[in-house]
Amino acid sequence: MIFLETRKLTKNFGGLVAVNNVDFAIEQGKINAIIGPNGAGKSTFFNLISGFHPPSSGQVIFKGQDVTKLPANKIAQLGVARTFQTTNLFEQSTVIDNIIVGHRLRTKSNLFDAIFRTKRLRSEEALCREKAMEVIEFVDLQKVAHRPVAGLTQEEKKRTAFALALATNPEIVFLDEPAAGVNPDETEGLAALMRKMADKGVTVCLIEHKMQMIMKLADKIMVLNYGEKIAEGKPEEIQNNEAVIKAYLGGSAIA
Amino acid sequence: MSKIQRIVILGLILFAIVFPLISNNDYFIHVMTLSFIWMIGVYGLNLLAGYTGYLSLAHAGFFAIGAYSLGLLTVKAEMNFWPALLLSLIITGVLGFFAGLISLRTKEHFFAIYTLCVGYIIYLVIDKWDSLTEGVRGLIGIPAPANIGPLSFETLQSHYYLVLFFLLLVVLIMYRIVHSLSGRTYIAIRNSEDLAQTIGISTMKNKLTVFVISTVIAGLSGALYASFVRFIGPDIGSIAIVFDFLTYLLVGGLGTLSGPIVGTLLIVVLSQRLQFLQDYRMLVFGPVLTLLIIFYPRGIVGTAAAWGQKRRSSVHKTRLNNLPEEQVKEG
Repeated sequence: MIFLETRKLTKNFGGLVAVNNVDFAIEQGKINAIIGPNGAGKSTFFNLISGFHPPSSGQVIFKGQDVTKLPANKIAQLGVARTFQTTNLFEQSTVIDNIIVGHRLRTKSNLFDAIFRTKRLRSEEALCREKAMEVIEFVDLQKVAHRPVAGLTQEEKKRTAFALALATNPEIVFLDEPAAGVNPDETEGLAALMRKMADKGVTVCLIEHKMQMIMKLADKIMVLNYGEKIAEGKPEEIQNNEAVIKAYLGGSAIA
Repeated sequence: MSKIQRIVILGLILFAIVFPLISNNDYFIHVMTLSFIWMIGVYGLNLLAGYTGYLSLAHAGFFAIGAYSLGLLTVKAEMNFWPALLLSLIITGVLGFFAGLISLRTKEHFFAIYTLCVGYIIYLVIDKWDSLTEGVRGLIGIPAPANIGPLSFETLQSHYYLVLFFLLLVVLIMYRIVHSLSGRTYIAIRNSEDLAQTIGISTMKNKLTVFVISTVIAGLSGALYASFVRFIGPDIGSIAIVFDFLTYLLVGGLGTLSGPIVGTLLIVVLSQRLQFLQDYRMLVFGPVLTLLIIFYPRGIVGTAAAWGQKRRSSVHKTRLNNLPEEQVKEG
């Protein structure tokens, strides 16, 4: 079943075409990967889907609904979460305090509730805290839950960012280079975590440069180069695709 | 809140309550009341600049709008103080809403510069609109707050208590906002607007709400000032006032709950002590403030809190996991 798809998605920055006519379909419950050389337009593609940039043309369809023109926060409410290449967390605050606000979009309490400490606020606060603990357990960070983010390792920060995305109750998460800057052992741990997310029913779509990991992990891969989709398919198909090899190694490598 | 914090806060409130009784010096009470009024304004600025990350330099303008609204309503329209106070808060809020709607389209430095201009325009309007505001002559004869039943606010002492009441109310409201889901939302916006949006927070709506509350509190501070000093001139909307607010806030600690009180009290007391230096006081303040910003950008309260956290986390490391729930809530 097609879960999220882009139709002829295009983004121009002035004269530069960052994403060019990309058709891409994401299946539910699978791990989808987007790869491509630096500057291929992968992050821009994410930004278009998550509502950070309005596309120049084309459409984004999520569960049959056209979400092309929705702002980022509305898209998040529909169940689309994402992480950034840099984790963007609040370093002075603890892991759990960073994550509690992640469930805010599912709550209704407002300033009135805050000033008068209403029942609704208290029950929603408890709910957010519960949700935070649940996702912390899911990403296996219980040991550092009450430590400031500043003192965490890069891998733990990545897990915290995952947890924050999961706290929004997403149906699909977009992960922008989730394994950048972590060592091979930790990369395996993160890959296992992504598999766990997919098994739990959260569709995963990631950008990554670590080919070994991608080839083992992904169910489906799309390759972008200069903003255009040059290949799409299962890992083994991509590995043997001439256009992909050419894009990565240069024209003379075909032979 | 820990037990120690509770005791300290109760002690401070108690001290504030008995202060006019033990100090027979009217001058001290006068200075104290003024400091409380500044603190209220600084709290308004703190919610926006400290917790939401938008440094507004228009707040002296909104302070002046609050003061002039109250002054004009009581002097020229001859309204009773209390409805006039309410109405002046609404006026400040409505003007704040429109100012926020436009200025919040900018960010960071641009926001600061834009609001600086907004503040200056407010000052100019007050200064030049002679027929309404009396211009440079100022507004004279603003009445003291009207009696509430047997309570009268004619004396200095009673006025002190009135202002103290409003200060405590503002602190309570701030405490509750900051420690609620709304407060967490604002802090998330300060931390990273992009990330806040991806977790489903409507940043514009929240920023505008904060901007309006923040201006209303500045307006409250201005209205109390007008009824306390009884005379206002356009100078209260000048750039110098907003930089006073900012100094109090930076010294106390941006984005801390007790920062506005600590910073305001410290600077006011210091500048009273240094009266004999007259304008050369600034030669002392300037360098001290510069050094503070370079070495302790989080202010007195922020730095102290960071030390406390460091100490606690080193204790935590030796004791390892499983913190009691109470300590968790504090974080």
